[in-house]
Amino acid sequence: MSSSQIPVLIPVTFLLTALLIPLLGLINRSLAQVSAVIASGLALVFSYLGLQAVLSQGRISYHIGGWMPPLGIEFILDSLSAFLCVVFCGITLLVLIYGKTSVAHETPGKDIPFYSLTMLLLGGLSGMVMTGDLFNLYVFLEISALSGYALLGIGNRRASLAAFRYLTLGTAGASFYLLGLAFIFYSAGTLNMADLTQMLPFVQDTRPVSIGLVLMVLGVGLKMALFPMHAWLPDAYTYASSTATALIAPIGTKVAAYVLLRLMFFVADPDYMRHDLHLTQVVGYLGAIGIIWGSIMAICQKELKRMLAFSSVAQVGYIALGIGLASPLGFIGAVLHILNHACMKGCLFLFSGNLRLRLGHSTIPKFSDTLSRSMPWSSAAFALAAISMIGLPPTAGFFSKWYLALGSIEQSNWIFLAVLLVSSLLNAVYFFRIMEKIYLKPRNAGGNDSHGDAQQPVAVARNEAPGTMLVPTLTLAVGLLVLGIMNAWIITHVIHIMIPSGL
Amino acid sequence: MTPEMLTYTTSLPFLAVMVSMAAVPLILISSNRPNMREFWTLAAAFVKFGLIFSLLPAALEGRIAEYTIIQIAPGIDLQLRADPMGMFFALVASSLWILTSFYSIGYVRGANEKKQTRYFASFAVCLSATIGIAFSANLLTFLIFYEILSLATYPLVVHKETDEAYRSGRMYLIYALTAGVLLIAAIGWTYALAGTVDFKPGGLLNGIIQDPWTAKILFLLFMAGVGVKAGIMPLHSWLPRAMVAPTPVSALLHAVAVVKSGVFGVIRVVGFVFGPEVMHAFGLNLILAVFAGTTILVASLIALKQDNLKARLAYSTVGHLSYIVLGMALISADGFMGGIMHLANHATMKITLFFCAGAIYVNLHKTEISQLDGIGKAMPWTMGMFTIGALGLAGVPPINGFVSKWFLCLGALQADQLIIVGIFVVSGLLNAAYFFPIVHRAFMRKGDESIARHGEAPLLMVVPICIVGVLSLVLGFFPNLVFHFYDLASTVAGNIMHAATGITTASVFP
Repeated sequence: MSSSQIPVLIPVTFLLTALLIPLLGLINRSLAQVSAVIASGLALVFSYLGLQAVLSQGRISYHIGGWMPPLGIEFILDSLSAFLCVVFCGITLLVLIYGKTSVAHETPGKDIPFYSLTMLLLGGLSGMVMTGDLFNLYVFLEISALSGYALLGIGNRRASLAAFRYLTLGTAGASFYLLGLAFIFYSAGTLNMADLTQMLPFVQDTRPVSIGLVLMVLGVGLKMALFPMHAWLPDAYTYASSTATALIAPIGTKVAAYVLLRLMFFVADPDYMRHDLHLTQVVGYLGAIGIIWGSIMAICQKELKRMLAFSSVAQVGYIALGIGLASPLGFIGAVLHILNHACMKGCLFLFSGNLRLRLGHSTIPKFSDTLSRSMPWSSAAFALAAISMIGLPPTAGFFSKWYLALGSIEQSNWIFLAVLLVSSLLNAVYFFRIMEKIYLKPRNAGGNDSHGDAQQPVAVARNEAPGTMLVPTLTLAVGLLVLGIMNAWIITHVIHIMIPSGL
Repeated sequence: MTPEMLTYTTSLPFLAVMVSMAAVPLILISSNRPNMREFWTLAAAFVKFGLIFSLLPAALEGRIAEYTIIQIAPGIDLQLRADPMGMFFALVASSLWILTSFYSIGYVRGANEKKQTRYFASFAVCLSATIGIAFSANLLTFLIFYEILSLATYPLVVHKETDEAYRSGRMYLIYALTAGVLLIAAIGWTYALAGTVDFKPGGLLNGIIQDPWTAKILFLLFMAGVGVKAGIMPLHSWLPRAMVAPTPVSALLHAVAVVKSGVFGVIRVVGFVFGPEVMHAFGLNLILAVFAGTTILVASLIALKQDNLKARLAYSTVGHLSYIVLGMALISADGFMGGIMHLANHATMKITLFFCAGAIYVNLHKTEISQLDGIGKAMPWTMGMFTIGALGLAGVPPINGFVSKWFLCLGALQADQLIIVGIFVVSGLLNAAYFFPIVHRAFMRKGDESIARHGEAPLLMVVPICIVGVLSLVLGFFPNLVFHFYDLASTVAGNIMHAATGITTASVFP
């Protein structure tokens, strides 16, 4: 196998498995999960090989059906898309291993559609990352969106309503994107990204192009849950099953963010986006508002998953803020945060899944210090991920904020800097609130607990999540430390290479 | 680096930081065997001190141990460097940790504290972070350990798990985390200005910073960042509240490690980030002097009113921390010298006092000063050492507090600042005013019957108390004994001022 086929191999692996799972399910239901895990494992290997090939040889282009671009569809693996693929295949693999117990527990009897849809979703998302053609991107966007609606709909009873709301808004977003694309095609006469990069400078001062770009950014922004287009996200994440949330929350919005990066800094001319359309600033300030708004809303929530969902709105804001900076440091911060947030949020949603398995709920006021003794490892993973979310060094979360802060200082953008700093404190409020509950004795229970009695803590039975769920949770948590300490390596060896020339 | 300083690479600083971190899992797994658990704490304490002490001879010869752990961000290394200033602080913290460990064991067993495993584990993490702070070669490394210290102290502050402890813990977190983010902003800004965050004697921003407003705002950001832990008013409120923690925590962390990390941060910022010339050129030292001077006087006055023994000690700590800060603000060789010396001297004296307060609590369950009548009879050793510490803090020779105050006053005279000399004198009197009544009650007044029946506190507590008390006395006679505090401090002061030849000390204040 030569590396030239890797761009197409990854989506194909997922799409084929999506078809295979219902058939294998006829033989034995448990094969569904196994084959999904194998497929994502394979995809991880492919994307890792792809990343290595890209780093050593430069971008890889695959022409579908042998048709030459710009007429034919081109799949491209460059450092940015390869990096993103490695990130989300890695997360997927862990979450799917996790799904073995969790899916069977939360959505019994629906495992075959669940895994089949998961594969379809991932096929769509990896296609969005790989494709070098804006219309083809729309096709994959719809594939991933439709399977995403269905996947989020498999949950408790309110999930279907939430998923329907997501469907309505998501369709609107996709339509905006398509409409915008039509304007661009009308003016530039091509849909191929590389080709558009050449053509757009000749036509970009015309009104159709600017309207087209604005519409496309709007559409992608909705998919990414950029403030104020985030309304679909909290409900959809809250009511879906834990595995589905843990899969879609770290990956779904990140792929949309990738499309936004691709669109604004690679396809279009960054200078034009910044100085003529002012779109980067708009995205950046919306991100900044989203950070504050999402954090405040997260503080108000009583349900862990819902709190994490609002926190996702805030975290997407960081990426948008990095785009808004439109500088190399901003770009580094945004890309690094895609990786870091995927790990952090993945870990946190897996923790909420562990709680739902063992406690049957994830309602914050009901947490108590028995949790840290019955589930010590899960709690430790949560604590580490929370510390990373707050952005304390040396965890991963600190470093994306560090680069974003450096970028803000470089441009003397004190508003962005203030937002970054304040958001750290807001994050601390809602995460320490939970850690206090998990690790310390409840406030009002001290009365009947005399001093001598406290010496011998009430025995709490060990009730840790099973290994298939615990190992992925812990892997992500430890990963946060490793990513934090290794971030300089990632930046110099991977992210530096992908910084677009126009920045 | 000044030219005569040579660096050499060795992993010793790294090992010194990590040894107590490595003890944490051991402490956790021996949770059910208290003796084993305490053995690990003591072993880590001794090994840590041994490793740090082994770096001392080279540091005195002007050779600096350096260890790069990893590149943490492009252009910035996670780097440890045992320069004289770092050595000074590391020696203070690690030597006192040994004594505190013994004392802690006596205390938690005597007071029958719960969750002792969590207590010892958090303590070990705190010490790792403190030594990390001492050895940080640049601001980012400093920040990382600084934040770890904030987090690891939190379980100790809320240790009692009472409502009051939770409130204090929250307040501590709010202060510490806010300070942390301001420090991030300050460090990021410094990096943007200078392109480096490496500490440099004489100031890494020396010659780089031009705009007075940038200098002032950046300085205030830094001071808000490190000033919280240094207890500079108005950022001090968390410190007296944190006294709800068990007494060994107050002793080591709130008199030595945590607050001194803040003060150490001030020293690094003044001497190694801004440098004397920048401080002087933009009047930053005046800002610092005003805050520190006010803090000394106000804290001493508040201390007078406290009836709770630990609260009085806490306000006294707030005041004495600002001695060190004020010493930095003088920007004279003797001022630096005195401030740095006071970092060690205040540590030994104040830890004595806190140890005594803990011994009184464990032995007699007394926390208020008004209850202390006649306890000198029951606990002669404890209260005797208390007297030494109190006299030392008031600046009475020959206790070591006098030595640092002497240099601070010399520094103030060098800078031609009679007002500051006045502050030192007045605060010395105030110190006497708030400590003397305690000594008076203990020895001169007659207590009730119940006290007379008690003996001394457990030996595990009394022996460390006597050691730190005597140490304060001995360091007053021989400031260079064993630890070479005097040599280290004068080297640091010399290095910082070396770069600032342009300043005539008489013109420091406008």
